[in-house]
Amino acid sequence: MPAVSKGDGMRGLAVFISDIRNCKSKEAEIKRINKELANIRSKFKGDKALDGYSKKKYVCKLLFIFLLGHDIDFGHMEAVNLLSSNKYTEKQIGYLFISVLVNSNSELIRLINNAIKNDLASRNPTFMCLALHCIANVGSREMAEAFAGEIPRILVAGDTMDSVKQSAALCLLRLYKTSPDLVLMGEWTSRVVHLLNDQHMGVVTAAISLITCLSQKNPEEFKTCVSLAVSRLSRIVSSASTDLQDYTYYFVPAPWLSCKLLRLLQCYPPPEDGAVKGRLVECLETILNKAQEPPKSKKVQHSNAKNAILFEAISLIIHYDSEPNLLVRACNQLGQFLQHRETNLRYLALESMCTLASSEFSHEAVKTHIETVISALKTERDVSVRQRAADLLYAMCDRSNAKQIVAEMLSYLETADYSIREEMVLKVAILAEKYAVDYSWYVDTILNLIRIAGDYVSEEVWYRVIQIVINRDDVQGYAAKTVFEALQAPACHENMVKVGGYILGEFGNLIAGDPRSSPLIQFNLLHSKFHLCSVPTRALLLSAYIKFINLFPETKSTIQEVLRSDSQIRNSDVELQQRAVEYLKLSSIASTDVLATVLEEMPPFPERESSILAKLKKKKGPGAVSTELEEGKRDGGELNGGAERGVDAAAAIASNASTPSPSADLLGLRSAPPVGSAAPSASSLLVDVFSEAGPTAPSGVMDDNFLRFVCKNNGVLFENQLLQIGIKSEYRQNLGRMYLFYGNKTSVQFVSFSTSVSCPGELQSELNIQAKQVEPQVEGGAQVQQVINIECLADFLEAPLLNIKFRYGGALQNITLKLPVTINKFFQPTEMSSQDFFQRWKQLNLPQQEAQKIFKAKNAMDSEVLKAKLLGLGTALLENVDPNPENFVCAGVIQTKAQQVGCLLRLEPNAQAQMYRLTLRSSKDTVSRRLCELLSEQF
Amino acid sequence: MYSKTRLAKWYMQFDDDEKQKLIEEVHAVVTVRDAKHTNFVEFRNFKIIYRRYAGLYFCICVDVTDNNLAYLEGIHNFVEVLNEYFHNVCELDLVFNFYKVYTVVDEMFLAGEIRETSQTKVLKQLLMLQSLE
Repeated sequence: MPAVSKGDGMRGLAVFISDIRNCKSKEAEIKRINKELANIRSKFKGDKALDGYSKKKYVCKLLFIFLLGHDIDFGHMEAVNLLSSNKYTEKQIGYLFISVLVNSNSELIRLINNAIKNDLASRNPTFMCLALHCIANVGSREMAEAFAGEIPRILVAGDTMDSVKQSAALCLLRLYKTSPDLVLMGEWTSRVVHLLNDQHMGVVTAAISLITCLSQKNPEEFKTCVSLAVSRLSRIVSSASTDLQDYTYYFVPAPWLSCKLLRLLQCYPPPEDGAVKGRLVECLETILNKAQEPPKSKKVQHSNAKNAILFEAISLIIHYDSEPNLLVRACNQLGQFLQHRETNLRYLALESMCTLASSEFSHEAVKTHIETVISALKTERDVSVRQRAADLLYAMCDRSNAKQIVAEMLSYLETADYSIREEMVLKVAILAEKYAVDYSWYVDTILNLIRIAGDYVSEEVWYRVIQIVINRDDVQGYAAKTVFEALQAPACHENMVKVGGYILGEFGNLIAGDPRSSPLIQFNLLHSKFHLCSVPTRALLLSAYIKFINLFPETKSTIQEVLRSDSQIRNSDVELQQRAVEYLKLSSIASTDVLATVLEEMPPFPERESSILAKLKKKKGPGAVSTELEEGKRDGGELNGGAERGVDAAAAIASNASTPSPSADLLGLRSAPPVGSAAPSASSLLVDVFSEAGPTAPSGVMDDNFLRFVCKNNGVLFENQLLQIGIKSEYRQNLGRMYLFYGNKTSVQFVSFSTSVSCPGELQSELNIQAKQVEPQVEGGAQVQQVINIECLADFLEAPLLNIKFRYGGALQNITLKLPVTINKFFQPTEMSSQDFFQRWKQLNLPQQEAQKIFKAKNAMDSEVLKAKLLGLGTALLENVDPNPENFVCAGVIQTKAQQVGCLLRLEPNAQAQMYRLTLRSSKDTVSRRLCELLSEQF
Repeated sequence: MYSKTRLAKWYMQFDDDEKQKLIEEVHAVVTVRDAKHTNFVEFRNFKIIYRRYAGLYFCICVDVTDNNLAYLEGIHNFVEVLNEYFHNVCELDLVFNFYKVYTVVDEMFLAGEIRETSQTKVLKQLLMLQSLE
């Protein structure tokens, strides 16, 4: 037991620790601990007053027991007593116990704060530091309330010892992070900034962390730190390796301070003052030069310390993104590291180069390293390094190298780690789409992707290839040929069957001229896969079959026979059975013309943000792919040249469908999940691809509460553990004003708080939304208000999206919600007589002017509640109009800038069946449908 | 594998259960890595910088934007101080003198930031404290 003899005092503690270590079993350990706890308890309760030493020893034992993982429910008072001892060792144990076992007992907090107060006032630097460390370690709001005013004074006082200043600076930082509202720098700001000039490097090292944090929040107030930081950095960088003595680490002068200085500068744009900027550029050049000098030591500590500064300098160069010369030099330096024998350096170089690739000045320079990066992807042993290599390839990809990079990524996928396959697949899919010049290459790439990594090809990916094939008629024949060939493989992935079924169902006719791929051969090929597929794929195949009957009348009898077989028509799966029955019927009774109309080729999809990109963005977190996103949008538009032809796919499906719901989607992609097991994620993805009449929601949007605001204007829109969002809104004519209240439910400040409201797709031209900015900080417990002005230009279907981003305890929170702005908000109630009502009702007699829904009551059918809801909808509730007093009728005019849309509504409750029938008529079909949809969720 | 946490220091608020979970997770991601791997590993929304000395891992969890190498050498600087302070430190020193190790940590790292980097200054301060009663 070497440590026992070394231990100074507290022999009892050392013996106890030895005893515990010698316990052969968990039971023995618990027995020994219980014995000790009983002993300590009796000592604390005993009549004899304990001396300071014993108290310290027992408190320390309790702490040890706690750290072993056992609960401690006594001894706090004794620990607090130790705080007022005038012996350092006793005080230290007292503070340690308090810091590790913080107790919210208010009585104790008062006593602890009292002891801290005395120590801060003691002018004894050792005691002051203990007290400051305790505050910094606990960092509670109570402590901030008690000491946030005192600590800045200690920090800048002329007679404060250096070590106390160091502790005070970081203690203040901790309090600022927990309770920023309580830390008011105001009058101290300039003196705190000038700590950068302190002659004690330790003071600068500690203070700069505080200054950096404060600068991030209040850049304007602290901007004088820039020139001070530059001159400090310059002095360090130009000093000889031995000048700084204590602060030289393996021949590198003040590496940590240098890094912190460079990091502080990253809170600001490049210095405006020419002299300061010149000096800084000189520093950065010196740092780059030093990287080329022969090392002063072979120790890894030397090179790590030196490179820590180098990487921080490169971060600053990238942050400025304005010095082409430095950017290219940085890139060359990183290029050397790409082949370094240290894995750490290769990893960091790949990571850092990723950000360089997005700068226009260094993008080309980064590209020259492509071969090295590809070889890293193939040969690195550490998966996280390979991951960085893949990231970098993705970042450096452009039209000139897309084919090579995509090919390399595909070949890497064959052996890639499971952990990164899905992300790799998304990246390949995005690059293939973004840089597709010829679409046959794009189709080949995606089909290869499915072949190589079919399990990792998410729905977004194969939906996307279908969208693109449908929108580009020049690639349809090639796609049909290619999937046909791919399906020849005896074992092909189910995703391939899906794509194959879909594409052949649409475009199989384009290759049917070739006797090797005649209609019947195509059908037999597809059907040979049928029995190995899951239910959703089978459903899709059935839809492909009915499409075949339309495309190739000669296959009709064969396919009808298949549909008629017991395994289809009596399938135990309701969806499959229904499809088989309905398709069989449809093919038997419908005339060729009707069939051709119902089973018409899919119209082009409206262009929108690539759903794949949305998914990658979600995986990687916001911001990670923002540049690609914008480019993706641009390039995506180019790729899907059919955008302007954009017929709404959903409208086409809806008007073509002659049979009710499940078969309304002839393509099987919207197959309803089995009753009761609706998968919300799946459906939101589908919505993303097919613009059904419903609101489109990029996956990840939370809309649980959206529907609750159709008939009311105020309430809580969103709530989680951190944040509550309340809403108050008022509407007049085609204008609305919404007040959003963001409440911070925690005691910690939210920083970088920002909100934005966006109108996806067509909504942009339908709503005009102006949101006032909010403050970037929300204090703990505080609530901030945001005003949003809304103007309705034309009737609309979708909802605006509210995105909220903020940092809480370092972690980025990102929430997207649907803002409850619905078309009915712009209703103007219209009173009318029974006669007028029915006359207008009859006038609106075109089938598309009416929308009707019969649905089950979700809530009790209380007529008062129903009335309140209908009034909340914004229409006038017309009494004595409907001959049946149980029914409700309403009328209103929707006010948009472009036009007014009159609407009539009738709601017929059937109390016996617990059902409602809801009918809407208006002069605009989309309005009727949308209102019907919104309202049917309300009762 | 048998493993024990010798010392943990927290700079953010967590309750005891969460702390225990984090310790287990950190252990799981760090100990499976071999010497050829980097000393960095992504962890939740953060990253862990770690260094192994014999059977003992020193891990530090920082923001993803923090400087990897600076923290890696921060760990080594700390270990060199321990080595000097305990005269060839071994794991048992840390067990028996756990309450002193906390003091060393606070001298060098406070509020999650680097407080002092000079080994000379830290050791001088520690020896001064050692001499106090």
